[in-house]
Amino acid sequence: MKYIDEFRDGAAARAVAARIAAEAVPAREYRLMEFCGGHTHAIFRYGIPDLLPPNVRMIHGPGCPVCVLPIGRLDLAIDLALRPKVTLCTYGDMMRVPGSRKRSLLRAKAEGADVRIVYSATDALRLARELPDREVVFFAIGFETTTPPTAVAVQIAAAEGLRNFSVYCNHVLTPPALVHLLETANPEDPEPVRIDGFVGPAHVSVVIGTDAYQRFAEHYRKPVVIAGFEPLDVLQSILMLVRQINDGRATIENEYSRAVVPAGNLRAQEIVGDVLQVRETFEWRGLGEVPFSALRLRGKYAAFDAEHRFAVAPVKARENKACECPAILRGVKRPTDCGIFGTVCTPENPMGSCMVSAEGACAAYYTYGRHKQPAVA
Amino acid sequence: MDTIEPKGRSMKARTLDFARGRVDMSHGGGGRAMAQLIDEVFRSAFDNPVLDRGDDQALLDVGAGRIAFSTDSYVISPLFFPGGDIGSLAVHGTVNDLAMAGAVPQWLSSAFIIEEGFLLADLKRIADSMASAARAAGVAIVTGDTKVVERGKGDGVFINTAGIGVVPPGVDIHPRRARPGDAILVSGTIGDHGVAILSHRQGLAFETDIVSDSAPLHGLVAAMLTAAPDLHVLRDPTRGGVAATLNEIAQAAGVGMRLNESALPVRTQVRGACELLGLDPLNVANEGKLLAICAAADADRVLAAMRAHAFGRDAAIIGSVVEDPSRFVAMDTVFGGRRMVDWLTGEQLPRIC
Repeated sequence: MKYIDEFRDGAAARAVAARIAAEAVPAREYRLMEFCGGHTHAIFRYGIPDLLPPNVRMIHGPGCPVCVLPIGRLDLAIDLALRPKVTLCTYGDMMRVPGSRKRSLLRAKAEGADVRIVYSATDALRLARELPDREVVFFAIGFETTTPPTAVAVQIAAAEGLRNFSVYCNHVLTPPALVHLLETANPEDPEPVRIDGFVGPAHVSVVIGTDAYQRFAEHYRKPVVIAGFEPLDVLQSILMLVRQINDGRATIENEYSRAVVPAGNLRAQEIVGDVLQVRETFEWRGLGEVPFSALRLRGKYAAFDAEHRFAVAPVKARENKACECPAILRGVKRPTDCGIFGTVCTPENPMGSCMVSAEGACAAYYTYGRHKQPAVA
Repeated sequence: MDTIEPKGRSMKARTLDFARGRVDMSHGGGGRAMAQLIDEVFRSAFDNPVLDRGDDQALLDVGAGRIAFSTDSYVISPLFFPGGDIGSLAVHGTVNDLAMAGAVPQWLSSAFIIEEGFLLADLKRIADSMASAARAAGVAIVTGDTKVVERGKGDGVFINTAGIGVVPPGVDIHPRRARPGDAILVSGTIGDHGVAILSHRQGLAFETDIVSDSAPLHGLVAAMLTAAPDLHVLRDPTRGGVAATLNEIAQAAGVGMRLNESALPVRTQVRGACELLGLDPLNVANEGKLLAICAAADADRVLAAMRAHAFGRDAAIIGSVVEDPSRFVAMDTVFGGRRMVDWLTGEQLPRIC
């Protein structure tokens, strides 16, 4: 298929893999984090670990919006959905995420809540127009990629004077999370995760541009290579990171130049800036409170802010103690280090968010990589 | 002449209006209106001597061999889709379930659950489509049932069909017969049905010329059995796609499987749609494809027989059965790595069959 097969070509992959094997210094360990869940998925779907030498290790980052949403925020969404007049619109992969006390949106729906799966914020807008007697709430989650469509939906709702549409905003930001990973040692970890370089997000970078990562090179001396989501993109970016590390360089390189420019998408940034503002702090599952890492609706759009409209109060939820999602999201543990991985916790019966989303590290391990694990008796 | 002729209209509750008429509760009430609906919509379309007897049961003459018996309910949305409709699907689906045991399908039942308000024109269209699908497949619809439920208690129409076929002596096709070393074949391009349905979903409509592959497969199976009578396993990869079906077989037989991604036949348009929607063609439903497992020595002969048949032109050998106590289905990717091919979790698409 045009422009897809080229990025999945086995011969090209073997050539790049051979270069990685030749250039990676055997005595050295290369610990590379792919921040984004889209990359995690691609790495497992195409069997990329099979193509890497053992001393080049991929650490899976927290860039899966479903996975990092704290349980308390999900509980709030479930509470909203259970209100009598509310129609809650959500992306499909939130449906099965377990909240507190084994609740989920799927279960709330079975109990009578009006929960609709939508493919975009625009679908939620359409529903609001079609159901004037319902309070249509869009459960907005995602990184910088899905933020502009949410902002546009709010602008349109405001322009149309739609009175029954609001957004429960959980949009989060990539760079502050990266900073947090590099700066903040979690008291629960024996030692902070060592990261030698980052495979930078693809679609996020289309919006925010490569300039947004400059401080990682300058301040933290970590190489970042922005990579597309095709498997050859990922492999090529790993080679570029190995080379930077070998040379002692730390620069921002753009492997995904067919879509990403230095300044990003200025029009999208402008729309987001009009509708949304940065929260002083926001809780991430696994990372805890991360300063300036999420967005909320600006005061002038308060009428469309579900948190304001329904006066929801934040709830503090407790993690399932056996679930290692938090440490996995920090890159400290692998899914297979978790005691309930693949036994109690499976995609059919997930205990933690990393097992639900296709972009979660546990789901990727389980779905694509289980054949590598020693058989469990 | 003074004799009094009965007026013709006394025989019928009223004339069925196939242009604008709708099904109402009286059509399921057991009275004349129901008899008329069955007569004008179903009996006239399905027309055969067994059904014409009008009894509460069909009496069937069965010859030698084992009986295969299967039932399936069809709740697809939308009811009409490119390449078929719920009627043709209800015939093909059950015919194929019989064919996967090597049976020659002979008789079907058909039970309709119709929502009040359903357009008579659509009902007739569905019945006619069922009738022509049955005729083309060489099966007779010999008994049936009609129920009408109140508006809001159904979604247009649901159909259940059950089928009976006869397995010729000597044929023994069963998932447990998959053995390490066997070859795995697929009869054509995968994912066509699911993508065709998806492309017509409200809220998701996109332009594509993909049509459903819905088709009866017993003719293809007969051709394969002629070429290699000792077929080990046949399955039609419907809901859950090729991935779910191969995992089911691996579980049943206690074996593993190795697929070769570059051998999988997938249409460019299907791949494009799957890329766009984040789906894997291996998880997408088919309604006119089968997976076959046979001894490696028979594989080329079976493949040639498949390719010579209209419903198997794009057939391919896609992998082999291996010894694996974990019963994993794994695939060598086009990219050169290896990954698992797992069951799909949850619902990929609601109501595709």
